[in-house]
Amino acid sequence: MSRPLLLKNHQREIQLITQRLIITAIGITFLMTILIIQLANLEIYHHTRYTTLSTHNWLELIPIEPTRGLIYDRHGVLLAENIPVFSVDIIPNQVVNLQHTIQILNTLITLSDDQLNQFRKQLKQHRRFDEIPLKLALTEEEVARIAENQFRLPGVLIKARLMRHYPIGARFSHVVGYVGRINMHELQTIDPVNYSASHYIGKLGIEKYYENALHGTVGYGQVEKDASGKLVRTLQAIKAIPGKNIYLTLDSQLQQIAEEALDQSRGAIVVIQPRTGQVLAMVSHPDYDPNLFVQGIQQNDYQQLKTSPDRPLFNRFLHGLYPIASTIKPYLALEALRSHIVTPEFSLYDPGWFQLANSLHIFHDWRPYGHGTVNLNKAITSSCDVYFYTLASKMGIRRIDSVLTEFGFGAATGIDLEGELGGTVASPQWKYQKKGVRWYPGDTVISGIGQGSMQATPLQLASAVATLANRGTRLTPHLRLTEETNGQSSHQNEPTPITTQITADTADWDTVITAMQNVVNSPQGTGFSYGPHVYSLAMKTGTAQVISSRSINLPERFRDHHLVIAFAPVDHPQIAVAIITENSNRPIIVLRQILNHYLGTSSHVFATAKHTDT
Amino acid sequence: MSSRLQNTLTHNPLHQSIWRMLHLDGILLCLLLLLAAVGLFILYSASDKSLHTIEMQSAHLLFAFFILFLFAQIPPITWQRWATSIYVAGGLLLIVVLIIGHVGKGAQRWLNLFGLHLQPAELMKLAIPLILAKYFHALPLPIKTRSILIALPIIFIPALLTAKQPDLGTAILIVTAGISVLFLAGLNFKLLGGTIVGVIASLPLVWYALHDYQRQRILTFLNPERDPLGTGYHIIQSKIAIGSGGLFGKGFLHGTQSTLHFLPEHTTDFIFAVCGEEFGFVGCLLLLMLFMLIVSRGLMITLQAQDTFSRLFAGSITIMFFISLFINISMVTGLLPVVGIPLPLVSYGGSSMVTMMASFGILMSIQTHKKLVTN
Repeated sequence: MSRPLLLKNHQREIQLITQRLIITAIGITFLMTILIIQLANLEIYHHTRYTTLSTHNWLELIPIEPTRGLIYDRHGVLLAENIPVFSVDIIPNQVVNLQHTIQILNTLITLSDDQLNQFRKQLKQHRRFDEIPLKLALTEEEVARIAENQFRLPGVLIKARLMRHYPIGARFSHVVGYVGRINMHELQTIDPVNYSASHYIGKLGIEKYYENALHGTVGYGQVEKDASGKLVRTLQAIKAIPGKNIYLTLDSQLQQIAEEALDQSRGAIVVIQPRTGQVLAMVSHPDYDPNLFVQGIQQNDYQQLKTSPDRPLFNRFLHGLYPIASTIKPYLALEALRSHIVTPEFSLYDPGWFQLANSLHIFHDWRPYGHGTVNLNKAITSSCDVYFYTLASKMGIRRIDSVLTEFGFGAATGIDLEGELGGTVASPQWKYQKKGVRWYPGDTVISGIGQGSMQATPLQLASAVATLANRGTRLTPHLRLTEETNGQSSHQNEPTPITTQITADTADWDTVITAMQNVVNSPQGTGFSYGPHVYSLAMKTGTAQVISSRSINLPERFRDHHLVIAFAPVDHPQIAVAIITENSNRPIIVLRQILNHYLGTSSHVFATAKHTDT
Repeated sequence: MSSRLQNTLTHNPLHQSIWRMLHLDGILLCLLLLLAAVGLFILYSASDKSLHTIEMQSAHLLFAFFILFLFAQIPPITWQRWATSIYVAGGLLLIVVLIIGHVGKGAQRWLNLFGLHLQPAELMKLAIPLILAKYFHALPLPIKTRSILIALPIIFIPALLTAKQPDLGTAILIVTAGISVLFLAGLNFKLLGGTIVGVIASLPLVWYALHDYQRQRILTFLNPERDPLGTGYHIIQSKIAIGSGGLFGKGFLHGTQSTLHFLPEHTTDFIFAVCGEEFGFVGCLLLLMLFMLIVSRGLMITLQAQDTFSRLFAGSITIMFFISLFINISMVTGLLPVVGIPLPLVSYGGSSMVTMMASFGILMSIQTHKKLVTN
C-alpha cells in the first residue's frame, strides 16, 4: 500500500462528510414530504371515504324478528300460538374447541344426528360471531344441566325464543298447516331483508297461504360492535311490526264433532255456510301433529307418517280425487229440467239394466231387479241408475260437462289454501288427450251416474252442494274471516267471493231439492236411515266402487267409498256438507252428528246469523 | 459552536456547563423526554386506558434513559476501543440464539440473561456502525472498493442471521445502519448505483429466501384487498383509522378503530394510526415535527463531531433513527409493506427503545467529550 493513501486529509474528510450529510438532509426532507403528502391524502383528500368505512366498521344493523301472527277459529279459539322455549346456541368464535364443546353437550343433553347435521349446515351459512341454535325446545332439566356446566362451555348460551305451537294438535293440521325452518329453496323466493331475522316460514295450509300477513315486518336495532363482533351497546331500534292475527271461518267445536264422528274411518268432511262461502269445518282424517314439523321432524317420525297405509299426511279434502258417483245426479237432473229434456212427470220403466241401441253392453242398476216405474223425483230419491243412464244418453256429454262446470267441477274452487286440485270433468277431448282413445257413447252413459272419469275433491263436492242450496249462487269457499293487527281489532272486510249465478226456473230448483228431501224422508230414500230430525234437510248419497264386485265380505281396503252431500235447512240454508268415508259407509252417521250439533242448538244458529250480519 | 460557548469552554475549564458535567446534550434530552411523554399520552389511549401498560412502558423508559445516561458517560475513544469486541460478542450471541431457536423449533429472538431479555440483533444495530466507524476511522476517506468489500460481509452476515430469526424489521435497520456508514464515508455514487441495481437484481433470490408469511405480507402490501380479513386487514384498518381522523382527529380517547379493536397491533407497530385517528392531520404533523427536531439535532451533533469515528457513528445512528420512523409511518399509512419496525419511543415495548436510547447516549457522549482545545 502506497504512503499517500494512508495520509489522512482532515479538511477533505470533513468536507466529504459535510457534503454527505447535506445529501442526507435533502433525502430526509424528500422522504418526509412523501409522508406528509400521504397523510394529507388519507386524512384530507380521502377523509369522507374513510369516515364512512370507519362508521361501517363499528355500527351494525341487527335485524329483529317480528312476532308471528296468531291464528284463531271464528269464536276466538286459539289454533296457532307462539310459546317461549329455551334453546342452546353456540357462538363459534367464542368457542375454544368446537368438537370438544359439542362432545360435552352431547353428554349433558342428547343430540340427534339430525340436530348435529342441521347445526353444521347452519354453521356454514352464518358468520363466526352469530348465535347458531344447536338444540331447540330444551326441557327444564336440560336447561339446568347446561347451566351447571356453563363454566366449561364458553361460547355456549341458553336462549329464550318464541316457537310456533299448535295447542289443539292434529285436528287442524290439514287446514292450518304448520311452519318450519326456511330451506334453501324458500331462501330464493323470500324477501331477504324482511326475513333476515326469521327462522320459520309457513310450509302448508293457512300458515303458508297467509304467510305475508302472519309474518309481519322485520325491525332493526343499530348496535355498536367491536372487531370480534361483540355487542358493545344498542344505539337505536326500529321496532319490528308483528304479523297480523287471523281469525278463520272454522268452528273448532264443529270440527271436533265432525272428526270424532268419523271414528276409525278414513275420509274427508267439508262444511260450508252457503250464504257466505265460509268454511265451517274441514276434516281430512287421519291427520297428524303439526308440532312435530316445527323444529324439523325426526327422521323415523316422518317415515312412520309417510309409510302408514292410512296416509295421514295426505290432504283428502284438497288433494283427494274421488268419483263424483251418484251425487252427480241432482246437477244432471237440474240440467235436464231446465233444458226441457225431461219433465218432472216423465217416467220410464227400470228393469234393472240399461242397454244402448246398437250395443250389446249391459249397464246394471245398483238394485239387481230395478226400481220399476221411475220419474225424476223417484230417480233421485232411490238413486235410480237406469233413469240417469237414459237421461245422460239423451243429454249428451256436452250438456253434462257444461252443467258440472257451472257448479264448479273440473276447476279449483279458489279457496285460500295452496295446491288445491281441480278434479276432472271428463269430455271427448279430455279422453283423447289423456288416454289417446276416442269417446264412446258408453262413456256418456256411465257419466250419468258420476262414474268413469268424473272426479272431484270433497271441497268441490261441498262447494257444489252449497251452490245448489243457494239455488245457483256460487260463492268461492274461503277460510279467512278477519285479520287483526297487534291487538287492535281492525276487522277487515271479508274476502269478496267470486259469485256466479246459475240460472234455472224456480220450479226446476224446487223439483230437484224436493227430490233430495225425499232421499231422507221417503222410506225408499237412500238416506232414510238418517232418522228423525227437526229441521228440513236435502241430501244425496253416492257410492264409489273401489273394485267391481258385489261381494259383502271384501277385505276392508276393497270396500266401496261412500259419499253424502247435503244442506239444511232447505228454505234458508245455513249449512252445506260434503262427506266421504273411504272403504266404509259412515257419511250419514257423521252428517247427523254435524247437523244435530249445528242446527240443534239455537245458540249456533244465532251466532251464525250474527256473523252474517256484520 | 457559538463563540460565547467556545470562550466559556476555553477560558473557564473549571466552570463547565452542568450538561457537560453530566455528559448530556440538553436539547436532545429535552426533545427525547418530550417525545417519550407524547408517546405515553398516545399509548394511554391506544391501550384502552390501561394503566398497567403505562406503568410497564414507564419502566421501559426509565431503564432506557438510565442506559442513555450510562452510555453518555463512556468517552467515544472507549467506544472505539470496544467496538470490535462488541461486534464479535453480538455475532456469537446471534448464532447462539439461532441455534436455540432451531432446537426449540420456533422463532427465537432473545436470550434470557439474568432475567433480562437480551436481543443480540438489537445489539448489532449498535455494533455494526461502531465497528465500521472504527474501521474507516483508520483509513483515508473516501473509502476504496477494497474496504467496501470487507465491510459488506460485516454488515450482511449478521443481517441475514437476523432475517433468519425471523426479524425482517431489525435486519433492515442493521443494513441501514451499515450502509449509512459507508455512505457517509464517501461510498462512490457509481458503486452506490451499482449496489442498488445489484439489490434489485437479487430480489428474486431474496424472495426465495423469505419466509412464507413475509412473502404474504409483501403480496398483501401490493394489493391489500387480496386478503381483506388476513394480512391485508392490518393495512386496510390502519388506513381507515388514519383517514377517518381528518384534519383535527376524533379527539383524545375518542378513536373508534382502536378502542373497538379493529386496529391490530394498535399499541405497538400501528400506534401511529391511533395518533392519526385521534389527533388528525395536525396532530400527525406535530409528531413528525418533533421527530424531525430530533433528527436535526442528531445531524447537528454529527456535523460538530471532532473525529471521523464520531462523525460516522453519529451520522449513522441518526439516519437509522430516521429510517425506523419513516418505515414505521410508511407501513402504517400503506406506503410500504408491513415489516415489524416500531415507532421509536412511542410504540409499546422495551427492546428497540433501549437500543435507540443507548445510541443516543453514545451520541451525547460524542457531543460532550470533545477536546476542549481544537486544532
